Amino acid sequence: MREIAVVGASLAGLRATETLRREGFDGRLVLVGGEPHLPYDRPPLSKELLAGEWEHDEIVLRKLPYDELELELRLGVPAVALDLAAREVELRGGERIGFDGLVIATGATPRTLPGTAPLDGLFTLRTIDDCLAIRARLDAGPKVVVIGAGFIGAEVAATCRKRGLEVTVLEALPQPMVRGLGPVLGAVLGEMHRDHGVDLRCGVTVEAIEGGDPDMGGSVERVRLGSGSVVEADLVLVAVGVTPETHWLEGSGLTLADGVVCDETCLAAPGVVAAGDLARWPNRAFDGEVMRLEHWTNAVEQGTAAAHRLLAGGSAEPFAPVPFVWSDQYDVKIQSAGRFTGDDELAVVHGTLRERRFVALFGRAGRLTGALAFSRPRQLMQYRRMIAERAAFDAALEHAAAS
Amino acid sequence: MRIVVDFDKCKSNAVCMGIAPEVFEVRDDNFLYVLDETPSEELRPKMEEAVRMCPTQAISIED
Repeated sequence: MREIAVVGASLAGLRATETLRREGFDGRLVLVGGEPHLPYDRPPLSKELLAGEWEHDEIVLRKLPYDELELELRLGVPAVALDLAAREVELRGGERIGFDGLVIATGATPRTLPGTAPLDGLFTLRTIDDCLAIRARLDAGPKVVVIGAGFIGAEVAATCRKRGLEVTVLEALPQPMVRGLGPVLGAVLGEMHRDHGVDLRCGVTVEAIEGGDPDMGGSVERVRLGSGSVVEADLVLVAVGVTPETHWLEGSGLTLADGVVCDETCLAAPGVVAAGDLARWPNRAFDGEVMRLEHWTNAVEQGTAAAHRLLAGGSAEPFAPVPFVWSDQYDVKIQSAGRFTGDDELAVVHGTLRERRFVALFGRAGRLTGALAFSRPRQLMQYRRMIAERAAFDAALEHAAAS
Repeated sequence: MRIVVDFDKCKSNAVCMGIAPEVFEVRDDNFLYVLDETPSEELRPKMEEAVRMCPTQAISIED
């Protein structure tokens, strides 16, 4: 392999380039990124950067010199097509990058609400540019409405409250962060937000986002709910999830189904791997369950594994991590490991829901499959390891009782 | 090899502890304690992994 192209210059792409060099690849290495920035960290965009505690410098991902990686950088130039037969990636503007090996790490893009006019004060949050634009607007003390109480929506609400702003969060499901926490723990989180003064409304639908004339630079003014009621707003953040950025791969011959479909070693096609928010693959640690993770830790682990896979040829190992994600909201550290659904067996140990300090253990068919902790990092890491070791649910309960 | 933790960045995720509990310990006070600031050279691969996996890039190695 003499030429490798890494398309996507955020966390997964960067870690892939570092892995390739670390494992001895000394050929041409091109890193392509749609954003005009060197790779930077996204988690602080809904926390420290938005709060005004940090600036761009603090979130730059690589502090060591880039020279050592000997990369050819193409920043601010998105890839627009993949020609697998010619083994070339086409960039906007027409440049074609040839490759023997390709890492696809173009991440995901925020979903918007269909039919919404481009009003001033209406945002999604994915990039540092989004964050700085929102932050500038927060300085004026607006009434904030967040649509969607997933990870991003919940964190932004917490950050806004920390800044003393009035926040209404609108969520379609019965609890916030149900996808990440399940209904029981989602309810605990909801209570926490309400205790901190968030006007959290669950089980509501958004009919329209209204304001001035968008052609005249009009601003957002209110959100109209399905019930007919209206929430006044000076700033609206739409945080209803992301879709994988695979538009540029259409027609390439790769299998696209809510992400780039890969085998269990992250291979999407010969000499082509995918990593990060857009990779969909069967995870052997969960009996081949097909998943696509939008987690920081996965971007690192999969970026590393995918790069390794490119160089490994036939001797690749399956990428079989125990998923891990964290969220800092108010003074609580929420961490989750493994996989779980609302139907799994649930046990709360190492504390109580009321204290907002506990570990929730999830089991399926007698196996410990997930753990979710509020401010119990030490314990959560121990259960993450037990999940990897395929520990029985009962063994986890014994461990909890003995601790 | 010296392990340096930037405690302004450390958010006690304990990922480091998951990789090398012999060097990193997050205790019940939710603070990270570095048990051995000068671990032996054979631990270098684990230390480098901890550096890479730290969610807030709070760990560095000084040689």
